[in-house]
Amino acid sequence: MTSPSNIADGCAAPDQSAPIPASVDLQKETVITGTVTSAEGEAVAGAYVRLLDSTGEFTAEVVTSPQGVFRFFAAPGTWTLRALSRSGNGELAVDATRGVNEVGLSVAAA
Amino acid sequence: MSRDTALVSADWAEKNLETPGVVFVEVDEDTTAYDGGHIPGAIKIDWKSDLQDPVRRDFVNQEQFSKLLSDRGISNDDTVILYGGNNNWFAAYAFWYFKLYGHGDVKLLDGGRKKWELDARPYSKDIPTRATTSYEASAPDLSIRAFRDEVVAAIGEKNLVDVRSPDEFAGRLLAPAHLPQEQSQRGGHIPTAISVPWSKAANEDGTFKSDADLTKIYGDAGLDGSKDTIAYCRIGERSSHTWFVLKELLGQENVKNYDGSWTEYGSLIGVPIALGDEPGKA
Repeated sequence: MTSPSNIADGCAAPDQSAPIPASVDLQKETVITGTVTSAEGEAVAGAYVRLLDSTGEFTAEVVTSPQGVFRFFAAPGTWTLRALSRSGNGELAVDATRGVNEVGLSVAAA
Repeated sequence: MSRDTALVSADWAEKNLETPGVVFVEVDEDTTAYDGGHIPGAIKIDWKSDLQDPVRRDFVNQEQFSKLLSDRGISNDDTVILYGGNNNWFAAYAFWYFKLYGHGDVKLLDGGRKKWELDARPYSKDIPTRATTSYEASAPDLSIRAFRDEVVAAIGEKNLVDVRSPDEFAGRLLAPAHLPQEQSQRGGHIPTAISVPWSKAANEDGTFKSDADLTKIYGDAGLDGSKDTIAYCRIGERSSHTWFVLKELLGQENVKNYDGSWTEYGSLIGVPIALGDEPGKA
């Protein structure tokens, strides 16, 4: 069922650590989610993660939660995740399908 | 209207945190970011609860804007430095309001929260108190705000710049990819609009690209300098970012932001819509 409730909402990213809202239909949505970790394997909070489309164009950006978690609502296809943080940067290609796609994204100082 | 009058760097900001007459204002939709730490001395404005009318689908009027700024302790002659998250989307949106209501000296902090954080500059959790003022907003300057009939009439006539992501432009996505995709309106774009995602104007750290780069980006995309321009996105905040670039950084005349944007246009009955990656015909 479509809900008009989020139309008036802005484009700011929702709380990244919150569970996926029950109103989100995972039969339809393509969720790309995961954790940003440092070279030492620790979760990186406050990292800027962007989703780039198959041509490398910016699609969205979120800031990771205190647990280092990020989440996007995309579409099936090839995407690139790119993270910027004070712990360094990192990049990962993702082939997403409908439903939840869980990935790990590590960053390291250049 | 140039980089010098419309933008300040993080270095300048850090040196002017306590300069009298300079007020830092963080603008976000999610104000928990401010509560968790903000530029020392900055006050906050909530994109939704402070800047939108609580009943009608419109933003605050002249009287409401005057009251908001009076309550927050901002004077007509203050230099207001706006910044925020999301690559300054909502700060740019607020900048457009300040201009619409005639504020004299308002600037954006280049890079917003992201640049400030990546630079590891200081944050504070202290909430400043400012004495109330008697702010007097001017009548809205409608030369920078576009409404729907004007947008429909601009098809094939003016520059229409769609600043959403390519997938939203084509109709493959209905919202930015950090939001659930369920929406009631149709997908696609306004026929003859060129696609120049807002992000093309920004570096990865959220700062704006150079004037030379920006001029090339919009020129290559087919923006006709001899025509008036209307920018739009989904709800009008990303297009404020592009409006800022075209009007304030590049100094183009007759640039309007269509704040109704796709949530209005894509819900209108009977208007033309183009699908796919090409602008389409009028």
